Amino acid sequence: MKSIRTISSIIIALVLTLSLIASAAADGAFRTLEEIKASGSISIGVFSDKNPFGYVDENGEYQGYDVYFARRIGEDLGIAVNFVSTEAANRVEYLETGKVDIILANFTVTPERAEKVDFALPYMNVALGVVSPNSRVITDLSEIGAEDRVIVISGTTAEDYLIKNNPEITLQKYDTYANAKNALENGNAVAWANDNTEVIAFALQNEGYTVGIPSLGSQDTIAPAVSKGNESLLNWINEEIKALAAEQFFHKDYESTLVDTYGLDYEDSLVLEGGGLTE
Amino acid sequence: MPDLGLEVLWKGKNFARLLGGLWVALRISLISAGISVLAGILLGIAASRKRSVSSVVLRIWLSVIHVMPQMVLLFLMYFGTTRAFGWNLSGEAAAVIVFSLWGTAEMADLVRGAVTSIPVIQRESVEALGLKPGQIYRWIILPQAVRRLIPLSINLITRMIKTTSLVTLLGVVEILKVAQQIIEANRKASPNAAFGVYLTVFVMYYLACRPLSLAAKKLEKQWR
Repeated sequence: MKSIRTISSIIIALVLTLSLIASAAADGAFRTLEEIKASGSISIGVFSDKNPFGYVDENGEYQGYDVYFARRIGEDLGIAVNFVSTEAANRVEYLETGKVDIILANFTVTPERAEKVDFALPYMNVALGVVSPNSRVITDLSEIGAEDRVIVISGTTAEDYLIKNNPEITLQKYDTYANAKNALENGNAVAWANDNTEVIAFALQNEGYTVGIPSLGSQDTIAPAVSKGNESLLNWINEEIKALAAEQFFHKDYESTLVDTYGLDYEDSLVLEGGGLTE
Repeated sequence: MPDLGLEVLWKGKNFARLLGGLWVALRISLISAGISVLAGILLGIAASRKRSVSSVVLRIWLSVIHVMPQMVLLFLMYFGTTRAFGWNLSGEAAAVIVFSLWGTAEMADLVRGAVTSIPVIQRESVEALGLKPGQIYRWIILPQAVRRLIPLSINLITRMIKTTSLVTLLGVVEILKVAQQIIEANRKASPNAAFGVYLTVFVMYYLACRPLSLAAKKLEKQWR
């Protein structure tokens, strides 16, 4: 018994030392714009399995809305792009350790994340949306009666938003996308609230449904991110996004990557040109 | 026959990409397994002596490795070493180090168990016959211990091959990640591709692990 206690105290000491070293080390491990240019290639973290934002096609090439922009960054810097496959869970870590120069992985801007990484100007809007059957299209939340139910997926922003802002609406919660979809098709509820990209894609792929409320609640944005403090790179990306507005670059991007999933109707509400500053 | 979406396998280079992913998984696990077996045998023999320094080292090492999920170890080795020491290990190198640390600890414990399971009377008898310690290991202990070790170490190596699916968190694209990429890229064209692709991955893992267990069976028979 005594040896177990000794061993566990040694382990605790070890872990504490490691975490001390880790927190004491400088977090400024990033490459400046000059260093990136001089090295001849830039590392950009993208999703490799999130069609249509970042995925790999049958020839092993990265494709998607984020990737289209990443390639343009490489072109305009005049250097090669080295794509790194990232997961939602390690995007911040990649930037904090400087293992990639930019993250372009459908990264939604939030205050918590902004404490750890620096976001550039946004290039896409996301908001909540509500889809309902054509037989009774809900175009405003006030049309939802006391006996009506609205489907949400547990843990999503849609759930949080409706609980907070519309507590009078009865929610029907599901854990998975597939269960929520079945419930709507079976008529268990009058509408389904989720990220607007999700409900728009759903209405396009399933006959008989309309997105009556395409944009609900606070608008969030998706933006490129760099390591905290990497100003030279951040400024370059911001200037790049502003300059690309002249040629409506992100509309072209949308039309070659997202149009199959979201259709042309929502192009202007989803795409942001020039960081949205010019409008 | 139900629609398994198998057609996605023949699109472009998809099948070759899956095989490439399998090779990445096997490369990482077999290099780590090689290191683990060699280092594990040495450490295990050293630790089989009661109250030796190496047995304490092994106990601490094992308990650290056992309490930490492999995913945490991988994160610490890949991102943690960059933060703490500024090292810039590649994802694969970090994976090989973590799997070797894990494999060596477990292998050494297996070796220690196998060596100490040989009855003391055997050692004492040959000592009485005048054999030196090296000879005792070479002719009496190891031949018996190795036979007991084979099934256990094959089990460890196949577990290692399967655990490589975690290295995708370090940006290393191995077979399971390629499978997810193929499924996602074809979500609309072949919605059932998940069945066919995962079935293919299952067969590939099986075919990769099968020769190992066959070889183990053969060796066990030969050395009986």
